[in-house]
Amino acid sequence: MFDAQLVMRDDDHQKILTVITRLTRDANAKGIFVVDKNGHLMAEAGELIGIDGTSLASLTAGCIAATGGLAKIVGEEEFPTHFHQGQRDNLHITMVNSRIILVVIFDDRSSLGLVRLRVKKACIELAKTFEDIQKQTEQETRAGTSPFADITDDDIDNLFSE
Amino acid sequence: MSFINYSSREINCKIVYYGPGLCGKTTNLQYVYGKTNPDVKGKMISLATETERTLFFDFLPLSLGEIRGFKTRFHLYTVPGQVFYDASRKLILKGVDGVVFVADSQIERMEANVESLENLGVNLREQGYEIENVPYVVQYNKRDLPNAAPLDEMRRVLNPLGVPEFEACATVGTGVFETLKSVAKGVLSDLKKIGG
Repeated sequence: MFDAQLVMRDDDHQKILTVITRLTRDANAKGIFVVDKNGHLMAEAGELIGIDGTSLASLTAGCIAATGGLAKIVGEEEFPTHFHQGQRDNLHITMVNSRIILVVIFDDRSSLGLVRLRVKKACIELAKTFEDIQKQTEQETRAGTSPFADITDDDIDNLFSE
Repeated sequence: MSFINYSSREINCKIVYYGPGLCGKTTNLQYVYGKTNPDVKGKMISLATETERTLFFDFLPLSLGEIRGFKTRFHLYTVPGQVFYDASRKLILKGVDGVVFVADSQIERMEANVESLENLGVNLREQGYEIENVPYVVQYNKRDLPNAAPLDEMRRVLNPLGVPEFEACATVGTGVFETLKSVAKGVLSDLKKIGG
């Protein structure tokens, strides 16, 4: 299905940050990243802020896409949760909804059980926020009130003038 | 589709380079990567086989400057061109904002070009897009080779819609940035239309 544009306002971002900052603390996580299925990084929290989140987002989306393809081959709709175990750090990846992915990175200060438990609750809150964002974006698109409705051709040309 | 983040004041868009195997999609990205300032680009990721054929995708994040106070960030992806990687191509097309079709100008690759272009149309339709409605440009790559097909012939077969088109030699950079600028302009113009 056609993916709609997504517009995240400051207050939406703040709501998401509040949830993932709390999740970092509750799950004893090193870092948390919210990514969309198209590979865009939407928010991050924890001590890992500053790592290459752009690459992380793109590769997470690729990973979800590839295992989604695998799921269909074996007759599943999706594998909504992934766990990758490393020597020091582990990755827990969950689908929040059909578009948003939550990545939790944790080490031996935490455990898979704790992360699973805390992620479950956080996903419910994040799903609600993203549903509101999606509705708001759709309303604005229908009403033609996109922030970029008044971009001129000159604005675009100026971007390439150097 | 694009993602607009008011908090970081960024517009994020996804551009996919499509085309038959060995047409030069990865070379386009490598050239862009090599010629841009470190402060406007991120790390280039290549998920490739041991023989450096693209296995899943190449990825290059690029900032092109500001528009109305928003940083424009373009995520450039390539697809694996080999015919049997069709499942991967479908996945990479998800959420695309603009497409570059890279054609291999060598006359013996015309059939592969046509097959790949048809495959692009089919895979876009599967995602709910029509090629006529997606910002889309064509690049005729490898124009420097002695066995390059005549441009008129390539245009007739590969660009019936008359979208912006560019002759290129991606190994030395000819036409690479012109192609990128054109598709990026198309994507931003589309953003304006969505709002209007």
